[in-house]
Amino acid sequence: MENIRYDNRKKLYAVKTIPLQKSFSLSNLLHFKPLFLLALPATFKTMAELKEIATQLRRDIVRMVHGCQSGHPGGSLGCTDFLAALYFKVMKHDPAFNMDAKGEDLFFLSNGHISPVFYATLARSGYFPVSELASFRKLNTRLQGHPTTHEHLPGVRIASGSLGQGLSVAIGAAYTKRLNKENTVVYSLHGDGELQEGQIWEAVMFAAHHKMDNLIATVDWNGQQIDGPTAKVMSLGDLKAKFEAFGWETLIIEDGNDMDQVVAGLEKAKTFVGKGKPIVNLMVTAMGKGVDFMEGSHEWHGIAPNDEQLAKALAQLGETSLGDY
Amino acid sequence: MALQDIQVSGNKDTRSGFGDGILEAARKNENVVALTADLAGSMKLQGFMKEFPERFVQVGIAEANMIGIAAGLTIGGKIPFTTTFANFSTGRVYDQIRQSVAYSDKNVKICASHAGLTLGEDGATHQILEDIGLMKMLPGMTVIVPCDYNQTKQATMAAAEFHGPLYLRFGRPVWPIFTKPEDEFVIGKAQKFSDGTDVTIFACGHMVWYAIQAGLQLQEKGISVEVINIHTIKPLDEEAVLASIKKTKCAVTAEEHNIIGGLGDSIAQVAAKNFPIPIEMVGTKDTFGESGKPVELLKKYGLDVADIVAAAEKVMSRK
Repeated sequence: MENIRYDNRKKLYAVKTIPLQKSFSLSNLLHFKPLFLLALPATFKTMAELKEIATQLRRDIVRMVHGCQSGHPGGSLGCTDFLAALYFKVMKHDPAFNMDAKGEDLFFLSNGHISPVFYATLARSGYFPVSELASFRKLNTRLQGHPTTHEHLPGVRIASGSLGQGLSVAIGAAYTKRLNKENTVVYSLHGDGELQEGQIWEAVMFAAHHKMDNLIATVDWNGQQIDGPTAKVMSLGDLKAKFEAFGWETLIIEDGNDMDQVVAGLEKAKTFVGKGKPIVNLMVTAMGKGVDFMEGSHEWHGIAPNDEQLAKALAQLGETSLGDY
Repeated sequence: MALQDIQVSGNKDTRSGFGDGILEAARKNENVVALTADLAGSMKLQGFMKEFPERFVQVGIAEANMIGIAAGLTIGGKIPFTTTFANFSTGRVYDQIRQSVAYSDKNVKICASHAGLTLGEDGATHQILEDIGLMKMLPGMTVIVPCDYNQTKQATMAAAEFHGPLYLRFGRPVWPIFTKPEDEFVIGKAQKFSDGTDVTIFACGHMVWYAIQAGLQLQEKGISVEVINIHTIKPLDEEAVLASIKKTKCAVTAEEHNIIGGLGDSIAQVAAKNFPIPIEMVGTKDTFGESGKPVELLKKYGLDVADIVAAAEKVMSRK
């Protein structure tokens, strides 16, 4: 963010409101006058802070899924570092939430079943109270099993869950930003299994043809899907070659669970914005990352931990200064 | 108003009404965007493309992607009109419409030409007769089936002003123009062509013209016919439907659609819940179509003027 004043030595930032940043104090504000009041990233974080946020998001995820004994912890835990980096570091966005998001970067979650990490990220970014995470998947709540605009949950701009549709939606939103002559970026996240849907490839073809160079898609390349390893269920083949053949700028994040690599990967992707090609990050992750008995297995795609497993998971993740909801 | 006063001002396809309507809407509102899946010519978008090239989006033969892109375009204030044949506008992309448009409450206008049997020679693969049902079942979806060129143009312009997901169904054949450009068109408000006391004919789309012809024939037999154009299938103008059937106490429905799931079903539900009366339905009888000339097909599948007349006589005998 070249237009944000950030002093790494003093760790001071020019920001708007930071609902969750406990380290933030009035003296910080006195040092730096806010440069922009609109559409700034919700918070600006050091790597250590980002990692702590990711740990807290993981605690939120396992607690949410445990709380309703339902939901998808595996993919959520695998994409936690990505969502944390995006919402707390990379994206220019405003938790005051306006559907049209003029002047803001946008994110679309195409693989809607990893709603736990999406909801936890939105809540921790200040879109809605973190206490509401306890309502996940319960009757009469805004935190539906899969994300939806229907209950007017701030931060959600499209329903997702039926796979393969989010890339088209992200392209449409990016097209509007182009028509509106905005200098902003649209991000999207997709499961690797989701790439088996034909609509994805319709969208991939469109994005290259129409030079959607304000779009950064990311594939959660964990190699797992419900029925087993992707290579066994329906091999994706050489994904990098496929995206390249379609005309995309194709980047690889070798460890999508290493915060430094995720941030660096996203920042690198941004350098290709405006260069005439859509951009994709093929991001290798481990499903269930951070909880050893969930890690790397499709078994934890869509089941919830019991009380004992929850205690074990939370012990592994450790408490953070942010605190549980 | 009387049926014999209705004047035919010309003959044109309803899809041309769409093409002219979207051009007019685009001139009025800079947010109107047109998308097509390789059917710009068939959808009569030439004028739009010439005048607003930057607001025209060619998607190629990829209808699912088109619906998703349209949903995304609304974020930031665009008003996307997706255009292709009715079959590819609905059946092919039902889940995309359901999740990304209807459930997400996006301001997308799904505009569908070549609906029904009157598509003609291309045959059953293209003649969708289930689309009204598919679309009206989606919560929050508005469904409009205008009757001629003028009304399709009006409906297209009204769609641009209307906020919310909307399905606009029209067709391919050259058809009489019998509404006037200055006629009132309000989404959700039925259009009455004649007052009558013996039987009501509710029709939509191309069948409105046939309903008027049937009404004239019935009048010659001394029957007092009320002809009502239900151009908005959903939300249905229940007030107008009930006011009419309370007077005539029987009804015929006429639509270029399967009698399962279409206009007839909607009218029957309102009647059954509020004022049960005998109803006869003119439409396709749970069947696919086939190749042929539009008028030949309407005749073969029981959608001719004579079929409406016969249905009216039958339903009156059931009172």
